[in-house]
Amino acid sequence: MLQQFLDSLIADGVFGGLPRDIVYLIGMAAAGALVVFGFVLNVAGVTTFVERRVWARIQSRVGPNRVGPQGILQWLADGIKLLMKEEVIPFAADARLFKLAPFIVTIGFIAAFVAMPFSSVLIVADLNLGILYITAMTSLVVVGIMVAGWASNNKWSLIGGIRAAAQIVSYEIPAALSIFTVILVTGTLSMQGIIQQQGWGPWDWFIFHSPFTFVGFFITFISLLAEGNRTPFDLPEAESELVAGFVTEYSGARYLFFFLVEWGNLYVISAILVTLFLGGWQAPPIPVISDSAVGRNVLEFLTFFLKSYFGVVLMMWIRATLPRTRVDQLMTTCWKYLLPIAFFNFMGTALWVLVFPEGFRFAEILLTAVGFGLLGYFAYRVAFHLRRSGAQITLSPLS
Amino acid sequence: MSVAGFEVEVDRGSGLETEEMTLNMGPQHPSTHGVLRFVVKADGEVMRRAVPDIGYLHRSIEKISEKVGYHGFMPYTDRVDYVAAMFCNQGWGMVTEKLAGIEVPKRGEYCRVIAAELNRISSHLLAVGTMILDIGAITPFFHAFREREKINDLLEELCGARLTYNYMRVGGVAWDLPPGYEEKVLAFLNQLEPMLDEHYDLVSENTLFRGRAASVATISAETAISYNLVGPNLRASGVRYDVRRDEPYSVYPELEFDVPVGTGMAGEVGDSFDRYYLRVQEIRESVKILRQCFQQIPDGPVVAKVPRKLKPPAGDAQIRVESARGDMSWYAVSDGSEFPYRCKVRTGSFAAMSIIEEISQGLMLADLVTVIASLDIVAPEVDR
Repeated sequence: MLQQFLDSLIADGVFGGLPRDIVYLIGMAAAGALVVFGFVLNVAGVTTFVERRVWARIQSRVGPNRVGPQGILQWLADGIKLLMKEEVIPFAADARLFKLAPFIVTIGFIAAFVAMPFSSVLIVADLNLGILYITAMTSLVVVGIMVAGWASNNKWSLIGGIRAAAQIVSYEIPAALSIFTVILVTGTLSMQGIIQQQGWGPWDWFIFHSPFTFVGFFITFISLLAEGNRTPFDLPEAESELVAGFVTEYSGARYLFFFLVEWGNLYVISAILVTLFLGGWQAPPIPVISDSAVGRNVLEFLTFFLKSYFGVVLMMWIRATLPRTRVDQLMTTCWKYLLPIAFFNFMGTALWVLVFPEGFRFAEILLTAVGFGLLGYFAYRVAFHLRRSGAQITLSPLS
Repeated sequence: MSVAGFEVEVDRGSGLETEEMTLNMGPQHPSTHGVLRFVVKADGEVMRRAVPDIGYLHRSIEKISEKVGYHGFMPYTDRVDYVAAMFCNQGWGMVTEKLAGIEVPKRGEYCRVIAAELNRISSHLLAVGTMILDIGAITPFFHAFREREKINDLLEELCGARLTYNYMRVGGVAWDLPPGYEEKVLAFLNQLEPMLDEHYDLVSENTLFRGRAASVATISAETAISYNLVGPNLRASGVRYDVRRDEPYSVYPELEFDVPVGTGMAGEVGDSFDRYYLRVQEIRESVKILRQCFQQIPDGPVVAKVPRKLKPPAGDAQIRVESARGDMSWYAVSDGSEFPYRCKVRTGSFAAMSIIEEISQGLMLADLVTVIASLDIVAPEVDR
């Protein structure tokens, strides 16, 4: 995609006599900068603000509302504050590794965006092993976390780092097995290829493709939550147990990088789930807009972004609701429950694809109905609780 | 060795020895409420020992009483346990009254009970909220603190302070209930009960929370008694002992309330979940007591006539108050002068602190914060 675009520019003579490789390099750097500064950093930043406001709403608080209208610029203020702060490197720390660790984490996070689709044409590189590449790159985060935990020369950091390693390595397996269920259906690893085989309607999404992918969606979700160190699996930085886990000794800009990755990862997790199971950027055709290429892409981008952001908010909600598991419970969940179920799913999907190579329409529609039924019941329960407690809250007995 | 359901074999001497790690938890650790310190010997995530180190908050409060006199000591008692200061007020008031033979007017006693039970609710809300926070959930903590804030407002209207109340006096209380106080408290109680229901759905029924708290750090009734646990920690182990019922003081004999005990509803009797849930149940009992108090409160003075320069006859007295953290015992010796000769407080947190070394063996590291929180240890009360 990018290559074709650059080729056409070279043919037009825009770059004069520059060698082709250098043009490609410039193009890649420009696209990378556009994605990183135009999207990744903003999404990660705004997510911190949204998370704080969502939590505040759930916890009967106000939340940040001072910087900019409704506090929308709070994340910029926080970022600038952290960048300008003095950075303390502990005397006994391994200074070189200590400085390096946040960048390994950040590379692992940003590199995942190379193969991340935004719409049918907006993708930096549609690698033919896209999902495998993303899984590999996000695993790089754990290396950085371990290095951070080790180099800090602090026992709490070390425990955090070791916990992160054990947790992420364990949960890679059910996550990968569940991702394979989709790949068995599609026969391709390319992110765009996976999305193109789905449709805009929920019944064409892979989550409702078969009972196995339906279960696989939830296993992937849980595993990716654990890989992203999110509650209820936020053990590596469990603040009530490990002070702050692997970030205990960090301050200033390097601390900022860790948190950028943590909140940016929410989007990555959601985007992977949306791509694999929830139809990706497949937007319903709207007569006038879908006719032009630009209009169609904007529509697809919005569809993908809204679906992903729904997942992000869901993860915030989970974090605001659930307590943390213990490290042995975490491992039990993974090895005793998720892994066997994921393996069973994997085999089941293989059988399903063998029996119904073209998909089974009745099952898809039935599963869609079941899925939306569950969603409806969930909404009903939420409404019930809101009605029951909402009327009772008075902010002060004196007023 | 069995650790949380897993058989762990630590094979020593085969070249795969794991070194025991000494962790210093506190004094500046987010989940040591106040200033506590534990020296933890851990084998990876499994604790071998957790030795509490106390004394960081020692302020010689008992010694101060010998210099400031009976009336003057009242504000200092707030600082013994600043989360539940009313009980310390009440304890000092009662021990002085016993020394000097002062009778508190009926309305004064009711005012004391109303203030104390409101304080008990706020203290238990704090205990429950911080326990959940230590286990990792954030929202229930804020919900608990929202309710606690309302109690702070109510107590502020009653005595002008939100934390260190200095409400009670030797011989009664400082101020009568403000006008319209009954309606405000009852309005608060009416909306507290649905909030407790919501809290039950959100926390007590939560599988993850039960997994973290149930069958963790179980204290049997025998251990609890031998370590002199008091209050909710003792009752959670199944011992039905409450000073308000078994050694009644103030107007508690005129009030009807249950003394809940731990039932092991999520795991074993006396586990962390029982200690947590018992406090939730006690909030409901306090609500019951408060409603009765407002029905029965008589008119009249709230404070007895007590000389400005109080000189109790020589002798000693000892009383017990059921504080939010259990049986709080006050002992004072008078030599006939206007200053106490000696004063001694025995608090529930101190006993709870001493049992941690026993029950923490073999638990996971993450369980230590659960144990500290479930025992509801307030550091200033340990050291005084």
